[in-house]
Amino acid sequence: MTAQTELAIDASGLGKSFGETRAVAGVDLAVPAGAIYGVLGPNGAGKTTTIRMLATLIPPDAGSARVLGHDVVAEAATVRELVSLTGQLASVDEELTGRENLRLLGRLLGCSRAAAKARADELLDAFDIAEAAGRLVKHYSGGMRRRLDIAASIVVTPRLMFLDEPTTGLDPRSRNQVWEIARALVAEGTTILLCTQYLEEADQLADGIAVIDRGRVIAEGTPADLKASVGTGSLYVRLLDPARRAEAAQLLERTVGPVVLEPEPAALSATGADAERAATAVAELHRAGFPLVHFSLQQPSLDEVFLALTGHAAEETSPSTDDLQEHLS
Amino acid sequence: MTATTTAPGSADTAAVRRAISSTSRPPRPGPLSAALTFGWRGMLKVKHVPEQLLDVTVTPVMFLLMFTYLFGGAIAGSTSAYLDYTLPGLLVMSVLFTTVYSGVSLNTDLTKGVVDRFRTLPIWRPAPLVGSLLGDSVRYVIAGTVIIVVGVALGYRPDGGVVGAVSALGLVVAFSFGLSWVFCVLGLLLRSPNAVMNAGFMAIFPLTFLSNVFVDPATLPGPLEAFVDVNPISVLATASRSLMAGAPDGEAIVISLAVAAGLAAVFLPLTTRLYRSR
Ligand SMILES: Nc1ncnc2c1ncn2[C@@H]1O[C@H](COP(=O)(O)OP(=O)(O)OP(=O)(O)O)[C@@H](O)[C@H]1O
Ligand SMILES: [Mg+2]
Repeated sequence: MTAQTELAIDASGLGKSFGETRAVAGVDLAVPAGAIYGVLGPNGAGKTTTIRMLATLIPPDAGSARVLGHDVVAEAATVRELVSLTGQLASVDEELTGRENLRLLGRLLGCSRAAAKARADELLDAFDIAEAAGRLVKHYSGGMRRRLDIAASIVVTPRLMFLDEPTTGLDPRSRNQVWEIARALVAEGTTILLCTQYLEEADQLADGIAVIDRGRVIAEGTPADLKASVGTGSLYVRLLDPARRAEAAQLLERTVGPVVLEPEPAALSATGADAERAATAVAELHRAGFPLVHFSLQQPSLDEVFLALTGHAAEETSPSTDDLQEHLS
Repeated sequence: MTATTTAPGSADTAAVRRAISSTSRPPRPGPLSAALTFGWRGMLKVKHVPEQLLDVTVTPVMFLLMFTYLFGGAIAGSTSAYLDYTLPGLLVMSVLFTTVYSGVSLNTDLTKGVVDRFRTLPIWRPAPLVGSLLGDSVRYVIAGTVIIVVGVALGYRPDGGVVGAVSALGLVVAFSFGLSWVFCVLGLLLRSPNAVMNAGFMAIFPLTFLSNVFVDPATLPGPLEAFVDVNPISVLATASRSLMAGAPDGEAIVISLAVAAGLAAVFLPLTTRLYRSR
């Protein structure tokens, strides 16, 4: 029992079908309290469906789950008092203003009129949406909407927060803001279940990751475990002079590993690169007199993770992410 | 190029952390308070987009003008006599048509992510539904008032006076409250707001025309007259007419309210059940 209450989420054999589609096919999750736990998977893997079951929105048709020690079916009302959801579709009311959204939630959570108003203003300031507070949410930018969405989830700070693809479609600046907010939440003691399609996001934020594919957990571990299981990333280089690409390829093959010639005539990448080897290789290119336009060390993409874990490609491609990026001119 | 700076986009983390740590959980709101809050949400939407009231006001006024001046003379001998007969019925029609929009807006709501948030809140489960109908009842009152005001402008003078008109409006709004649960069920079952609109009007249109709203059923062929007589919309129109005329028809009023209560008793639980499982 004590061991169980340490877990924010304890799911076993969780399953859900929609007609013929087995959206979730027996998911086991053990999410420790006080950390960010990532659920990583491609489109249609069953991430959102899993979250919806854990947030008491839909009942599972197989297995069971306890959230903060309470069964999601039998004690749904208690679970709802402890969690909040920032859904994949923005879970705010587009036809109201930002301030009205937060006041509405404050009232629905039991705050007095004055307390709801004060809380709304506090959150609008903290989340940097004060100047748009009186505008309808449908006119917000993607980043603002996301921040409002997260603010709406902490009108009363939850013990557990579900974040479903919080940065899909955001620019790097907005993405960083969302990440910082997530880190601040965890620092204040909230547990976060984060669904994402991006390995980098899970890597940046999560302490533990479950990779799911076709409704099943296919791998679990720390971000480091996961990346180790995939192998290393690749070094991408763009030269000033396309004519010297073959020459550069030889050098990279020697210092890093197998080289792939990219579609752009002056670009190539070498697989099997870690930060050390990439640094050496770039230094050698420089020493050998190749003018470089750009280079970056790319993490294994979700595609590569999938290929490594399942032997098949993820159904839909996800953009690969840059870890280390430099512009030279 | 040598100074180290923080990456752009750093939120004011200190403020965020303060905001996160500064809450205590208030007690859960009661069912009534939650429902009223959702009613307030409905009001805010009308405030932001007042044009949405055009739907519920323009159509009935068009019907009023068209029927009074186009058919009034033919049906009742004179337009003013026809206005006397038909205005209480048009009141019924315009308010009942508005109830269809309750189902449409529920369906629209469901396609939005915000419903998921409402459903993860620790509140009385039917609160969003009850609340939005409370908000909608304001539209019902507006639709009804517009008809009465336009009628008066055209020369309608109810014998029941202001009290008669207000009580007729009250009765029709109460009936609509019961009926709107039917459209909420449609709103939950059908796939798109348009489908709800079409299905809703497909039901309400013939029922309204096969009632005594526009014509005296005595002029109709036998089987049709029998149907018109038992049609609850006829009963409601009769009750509304009697109130407007200052001579309340107790039986019609009681039957109207009973039908409304019956519809609510069947469709309200069905609505909450469907809302929960969707
Ligand atoms: N309400 C529903 N009705 C029918 N099928 C559904 C429903 N919800 C999800 N599915 C199906 O279940 C599967 C899993 O969907 P889910 O939304 O959980 O995936 P996901 O991992 O969140 O994907 P994404 O990254 O695109 O958000 C998909 O094949 C989807 O089509
Ligand atoms: Mg999803």
